[in-house]
Amino acid sequence: MSEVKASANSLMQARVAKGPRDPWAVLRWTLLAMGAIVMVMPIIYMLSASIKYPFEMYDLNIIPKEPTFENYTYVLSDGRFLRWFGNSFLIATLTTISAVFFDALVGYALCKFQFRGRTFVFIAILSTLMIPTEMLVIPWYLMSKTFGWLDSYWGIMFPGVMTAFGTFLMKQFFETVPDDFLEAARIDGLNEFQIWWSVALPLVTPALSALAIFVFLGNWTAFLWPLIVTNSQDLYTLPVGLTTFSVEQAVEWELIMTGAALATIPTLIVFLLFQRYIIRGVAMAGLKG
Amino acid sequence: MAVYRNLSIRQKQVVWAWGFLALPIVFYCVIRFYPTLNAIILSFQSWNLLGPREWVGFDNYVKLWHDPVFWKAFRNTFVYLILGTPISLVLSFLIAYQLDKTRLLHGTLRALYFLPFLTSTVAMAWVWRWFYQPVPIGLFNNFLASMGFAQVDFLNSTTNALPSILLPAIWAGLGFQIIIFMAGLRAIPTSYYEAARIDGVSSWTIMSEITLPLLKPTIVFLVVFSSIGFLRIFDQVFNMTTNNPGGPLDSTKPLVLMIYQTAFSSFDMGYAAAQTVVLFGILLVVSLVQLRVLKEKP
Repeated sequence: MSEVKASANSLMQARVAKGPRDPWAVLRWTLLAMGAIVMVMPIIYMLSASIKYPFEMYDLNIIPKEPTFENYTYVLSDGRFLRWFGNSFLIATLTTISAVFFDALVGYALCKFQFRGRTFVFIAILSTLMIPTEMLVIPWYLMSKTFGWLDSYWGIMFPGVMTAFGTFLMKQFFETVPDDFLEAARIDGLNEFQIWWSVALPLVTPALSALAIFVFLGNWTAFLWPLIVTNSQDLYTLPVGLTTFSVEQAVEWELIMTGAALATIPTLIVFLLFQRYIIRGVAMAGLKG
Repeated sequence: MAVYRNLSIRQKQVVWAWGFLALPIVFYCVIRFYPTLNAIILSFQSWNLLGPREWVGFDNYVKLWHDPVFWKAFRNTFVYLILGTPISLVLSFLIAYQLDKTRLLHGTLRALYFLPFLTSTVAMAWVWRWFYQPVPIGLFNNFLASMGFAQVDFLNSTTNALPSILLPAIWAGLGFQIIIFMAGLRAIPTSYYEAARIDGVSSWTIMSEITLPLLKPTIVFLVVFSSIGFLRIFDQVFNMTTNNPGGPLDSTKPLVLMIYQTAFSSFDMGYAAAQTVVLFGILLVVSLVQLRVLKEKP
């Protein structure tokens, strides 16, 4: 357990090379750098196209001769993108708060309480990881239809408010919290909820943020379910809206690229700000999976 | 309240435990288990959303067996898997292995490789779709033209379209796999390598006797994880072929897209449910076979 954390943390420092000098170092670095540039090329070209006029849109140059923000003003002018952006942000945020809260709650209960049926509940929750979303979307759709959840924020959100993956992850991390701490808090007269909230949770904050990153990203880019459950454009999430917008534009690729850029830029900014935490979080969550 | 106060500490914990679990248990029953059951039941029924649900026995499955589109989608799904998983794993391992040894701009290079993982699949599907357009629009064909090469028909050809759609899917997942491989490599104690070096072991032997065996848990995880991803491919295909989803001539259609169309374009709910049950079976069998095979190797 602590090994996982240590190796996720060790990603933060480059390993100091020991032993003889590697003759291949220069070649290796050059190839890696070229590969890295190829990897980000699609993103670069998308951003570049979004600030180009149609006349040079299809040239291979990356830096436009006459940069313009007209594409952005045009795409943002009818307000739909802002609306979709807001929808996605609200849905991803609420879902993340809910999933992190409940997954930590369940993970803790399954890890730190002794009661009959604990293993059964754990296995039952874990077994839902095997069920693909695609199998559930039809019943979810019927359920939403029955309860009037179609075309509503709750309808988009409800399948994701708790996750089995997160529960498993949190249970693993609560194993590292010593029982003595909890016992001491119990003697101090805290009730079990307070112990969980103010003693156990602060000790697993790296895991909480790792889970939050995963859940947020998953909901921010989710496509299939929002596509099914929404009907009116006012409730579209950004990916669904982007599909609709791009189909409308058909051949005006600079506008499609601007829309794509609008959907991508926020995550890029967040990544640049919290790069270390995000990479560590992904490594930590991935290694536990 | 008085009853609660008279309980022992152990008994109080039991009460708290079920208190913590009450809402989640309802959630997992109503939003996970009941829908699973409902999908299985629905797969034995015929329903167009409006009329009554009618029992039809195994009709949906029989129909599926004789449906050429299903076999096409089945084949495509496995082509995505069989090409996608090995290519992305070998690439990400090579990159992670080399990146682990570099120090100059280590963090920057790693960030650049990771970046595509954070992009929205839908946005990137449209970016790649633009790249794949014919001259004078598409970037790739413009580039080929400027070098004097012939045009390539990427998305309108029945043979090229599937690999063209697969490429962005591999590209987007690579960063995650690289990070996981690097974390796995870091978990191998350096003393093993030092000992091997003192013994004068060749680098190929170090790779096959130390690195790969100790990396096995990471490899198993990534094989299963990425296989499930490729078997469930949808976003890229849907967005890159919106004018004729899954086309040309169903040559790119994966099972999930077929399910989506059967359920939400044809409203043949029972038939679509049968397809989801088959998809579930495929995911289960592929994962179990992979776990069995990979774990058994000495």
